Amino acid sequence: MWIFRFVGLRLLQAIPVLLGITLVAFLAIHLVPGDPVRIMLQGRASDAAVAEINARLGLDQPLLVQYGRFVGRAVTGDLGTSIIQRAPVSKIVTERLIPSSFLLAYATLLSVLLAVPLAVWAAARRDRFADHVIRIAGTVSFAMPSFWIGLILILGFGLTLKWFPIAGFGQGFWGHVRHLFLPALTIALFLAPLLIQSLRAAMLDAMTAEHVEVARAKGLGERRILFKYVLRAALIPVVTILAVNIGWMVSGSVIVESVFSVAGLGMLLVHAVSTRDYPVIQGLTLVFALMVIGVNLLADVACALIDRRTRNA
Amino acid sequence: MSPAADAGALLRVEALEIAFRVRGGDVLATRGVSFEVRQGETLGLVGESGSGKSVLCRALLRLLPSPPAQIRGGRVLFDGVDLLALPEARMREIRGTDIAMVFQNPMTSLSPVWPIGDQVTEGLRIHRGLSKSAARDRGVELLRAIGIPDAARRYDDHPSQWSGGMLQRAVIAMAMACGPRLLLADEPTTALDVTIQEQILALLADLQAKNGMAMVLVSHDIGVVAETCDRIAVMYAGTLVETGPAAEVLGNPRHPYTLGLMRSSPRMDEHATRLQPIPGQPPDLARPAPGCPFVERCTFARDACRHESVRLREVAPGHASACLFPESVV
Ligand SMILES: Nc1ncnc2c1ncn2[C@@H]1O[C@H](COP(=O)(O)OP(=O)(O)OP(=O)(O)O)[C@@H](O)[C@H]1O
Ligand code: SF4
Ligand SMILES: [Mg+2]
Repeated sequence: MWIFRFVGLRLLQAIPVLLGITLVAFLAIHLVPGDPVRIMLQGRASDAAVAEINARLGLDQPLLVQYGRFVGRAVTGDLGTSIIQRAPVSKIVTERLIPSSFLLAYATLLSVLLAVPLAVWAAARRDRFADHVIRIAGTVSFAMPSFWIGLILILGFGLTLKWFPIAGFGQGFWGHVRHLFLPALTIALFLAPLLIQSLRAAMLDAMTAEHVEVARAKGLGERRILFKYVLRAALIPVVTILAVNIGWMVSGSVIVESVFSVAGLGMLLVHAVSTRDYPVIQGLTLVFALMVIGVNLLADVACALIDRRTRNA
Repeated sequence: MSPAADAGALLRVEALEIAFRVRGGDVLATRGVSFEVRQGETLGLVGESGSGKSVLCRALLRLLPSPPAQIRGGRVLFDGVDLLALPEARMREIRGTDIAMVFQNPMTSLSPVWPIGDQVTEGLRIHRGLSKSAARDRGVELLRAIGIPDAARRYDDHPSQWSGGMLQRAVIAMAMACGPRLLLADEPTTALDVTIQEQILALLADLQAKNGMAMVLVSHDIGVVAETCDRIAVMYAGTLVETGPAAEVLGNPRHPYTLGLMRSSPRMDEHATRLQPIPGQPPDLARPAPGCPFVERCTFARDACRHESVRLREVAPGHASACLFPESVV
């Protein structure tokens, strides 16, 4: 099966990226000026306490040894212990990973469900009324800050209409679906206009391809041509754009998470940075990197499913 | 019985007039073009780049995007039915079944994201309602017939895996799928290597003979049509300037432009030593002048050529020229 070979190859290619990122994550502690442990403890600690933490974190060892240990432990899933929460980083991060990934996947799904039909419609009615309305609505929704959209949705659908809960993650799959609908929609209202615009442009471009005229000369209907020839060819550049934006959203969803009080990775990151919880920051850096690599891998697989030419690349 | 069928003409184009609305005026891409293609014959349509050959072919299938294209007048009678007056849905049934088209560039004629075989047989499934497996069987046959080795295995290949010559074969197979009665081949060999060109031309001639279909073979090289065509129509600046049986037109050209095309074709001259390109540029199609459109480039031109209007006039049975002084062409 080509897909195993394809994914395997992509994973091998990800190894140097991962090494680079572990190095950056590792240096997070060592690049900060001054003694990170004192910074972590905000100068309130005695020398003995500092030495104790240094020893516990292994910070008294030579750098290379520390890095080797860090990688060795990270491979087994051990990301150290949070200074503030006094719990394993991997456990803290995993707890937050689920709501965040759910939100991200949900937002992606909503964006695609919104964007594809609207983009197809806009492209098919280029420069007509529907096209203009879609473009203006997209620009407005893209230009509004996420927290503002979030608040409007909370007011409208949450407080006034009471259709959806306005905070939290909920219980069970359908509970998550209900609770995360408004936050996912908030992200989608930002992401969908981007997708619509790029998909519309890509479709208009694909429409001028000669094979579209050949298809028309074969007697195919406009609808079939639009979906089978134009949309399919236009999806590839758009999948890439989607992947880049989701990758960015991995750590950028913090605003939405805080507006809707979703205990996700973004909130954890803000908390860890403000309390200088370095092991957690280190762990998060790694997890974000893994997620971005994962998203890109999915995008590559999607492209390969759409266009077989990319399978051998 | 339709009137055209009596006359034996499968396709009859009458005074076709096509313009493109562009900024700064209208480009007249064809001006009063009339010709016939009879059942089973090959008409060679030749002319320099920009003379309107592709516009004409696309107009026959109503493929020109409108705007900017505008059919200003004329009729396209296929089997006596005016295609220009048909509803779009009916026209769609004719495309790919009765009339099929092969385009210039095989590399861009197929969608890069679908298997070649599925594209070749798509017409069969849409127009003839064949099931997927029946279409596949027929598709493999079609690919085999146009000379693709190991067709059953290569059915699922994607266009990027095939060479230009093979792709043009596939495109031809695609056009032949529903057994068209008229094939429009718009410079089917221009994008290919010389050796491949010969093979493709031979393939077209072979398919035509086997299926008894009529063909319009477009080329800017009069040598290409000389080898394969029954009749020739020479196009210049949106008008036909000479039409007639191939042997007649080539043996006894009655328009200076035809002569110019023959002298500039590498195929018409065994040693290719006396190639003479036609000097000058075609006129601006946005500003048609009165008189003969060829006058600025014509070595036979006289004063009358500047004002007197020209039109195709019979110079011998079945042989017509738009030159005011056809006898002086030697
Ligand atoms: N979409 C368009 N808009 C404006 N003008 C056009 C358009 N398409 C074609 N034309 C004009 O119509 C004329 C005829 O073009 P056409 O493509 O039919 O030439 P051709 O004989 O097929 O030449 P070639 O040998 O290069 O294929 C050209 O002069 C071109 O300027
Ligand atoms: S009409 Fe005059 S200018 Fe035109 S082709 Fe004949 S001789 Fe030349
Ligand atoms: Mg052309």
